[in-house]
Amino acid sequence: MIRKCIISIALLLSGIALYAQTTLQLLQTPSGKAGFPTLSFAYTALEPSIDSLTMRIHYSRHFRAYYDNFLKAVNGTPYENQTVKQVFESISSAPAAVKNNSGGFYNHALYWEIMAPNSGSKPTGELADKIDKTFGSFDNFKKAFATAAMTRFGSGWGWLIVKTDKSLVITSTPNQDNPLMDNAEVKGTPILLIDVWEHAYYLKYMNKRADYVAAFWNVINWKAVSDLYAKAID
Amino acid sequence: MNRCLNEFYLFFITNKEIMIKQCEKKAWEFPTLPYIYDALEPFIDAQTMEIHYTKHHRAYFDKFYAAIKGTEFENMCLLHIFDMISELSVTIRNNGGGFYNHKLFWKVIGPDCGGLPQGKLADAINFTFGSFEDFQTLFAEAATNRFGSGWAWLIVRHDGSLAVTSTPNQDNPLMDLADVRGFPILALDVWEHAYYLKYQNRRMDYINAFWKIVNWDQVSSGYAKATE
Repeated sequence: MIRKCIISIALLLSGIALYAQTTLQLLQTPSGKAGFPTLSFAYTALEPSIDSLTMRIHYSRHFRAYYDNFLKAVNGTPYENQTVKQVFESISSAPAAVKNNSGGFYNHALYWEIMAPNSGSKPTGELADKIDKTFGSFDNFKKAFATAAMTRFGSGWGWLIVKTDKSLVITSTPNQDNPLMDNAEVKGTPILLIDVWEHAYYLKYMNKRADYVAAFWNVINWKAVSDLYAKAID
Repeated sequence: MNRCLNEFYLFFITNKEIMIKQCEKKAWEFPTLPYIYDALEPFIDAQTMEIHYTKHHRAYFDKFYAAIKGTEFENMCLLHIFDMISELSVTIRNNGGGFYNHKLFWKVIGPDCGGLPQGKLADAINFTFGSFEDFQTLFAEAATNRFGSGWAWLIVRHDGSLAVTSTPNQDNPLMDLADVRGFPILALDVWEHAYYLKYQNRRMDYINAFWKIVNWDQVSSGYAKATE
């Protein structure tokens, strides 16, 4: 209990001090007031795993368009005052513009958050234990996650999520859907995700999605993923 | 009404059901590209053409053939397969669609093309959509609004009328699960792999360029077969 409190306070403080616009905060923000998250690294920072041109277009064009179109879609509607999380929780009744752009906005914000240059190749601590317990080993987890990313046909995302019973599950969603949406086949709190829209990798990898998925392990910010995990099971 | 698709014949009975009247089965083969990779420059770049044809299309064909080889589907025609696709595996659905859709796409675009449709097809377009420009607007909207990966189509419906529609991923209007069914005579690939190397996030620029390479003779010939 005391430990939980300390973790909560630590997370809260680090949230205030270091992550002015975390996706956790974003989810609690009224949709109409959502800000455009800054990228915490340079476009070139993830080279050679993710090339700078892809980063630039992905962040400044695709992500920006989702953000702009999300605000446009919610402005002047009841969605404006709902938090992003609330919008997801009733997404099946929302117009396509709200659905597609809210997902595109949040999913990419989280994607930038869990990536970083030279960030170490493995999770540590509680998350590492949980991954080993759930999947047998880190390598088994990587295989299962890669399979989810490879078998999502067309555009979409692969996910590692924490379900309400605190179990870890791998899933995937089409287009800009995500596991927080009420229409998701498998629901939970996302802690790791990979964009498998072709725009995420085509300039460098073209038809070779498997090579992009393999390179993705080089740029995961496991510290950020662990933080998200700690918060999700808290 | 009897309609023909290459070696295949089909028969439409209602707007939701397609019945194949006659099916002349030919060997499964990977179609030849009717022009060289740089033939559609500058509208579609050579590298995109080469990867699209030799990697993406080839993979769909190979996976489709691997999925049907030695099964009852190997001796069925593609239209039969599409007509019962909702009951089949996603491997057959995704790769069968990817095989057929790209095969049609290569045929309806080409070098020294573009311009305007002529003859009966032009009349039908004007009759259905008001004008060629109105048709272009509607088709571009279908291509733009298809969120994620998919295709935009001009199809001939069961009653011989024209319609514009779109499908997700590698689905197509011949499939029994399509929202709007019909015989495709014009197809536009809006998967990002079709345009990303040259146009990146600017799908609209790719759609505008598409009109410069539409092979209207081929589209007219598809229309004639569908309405004969």
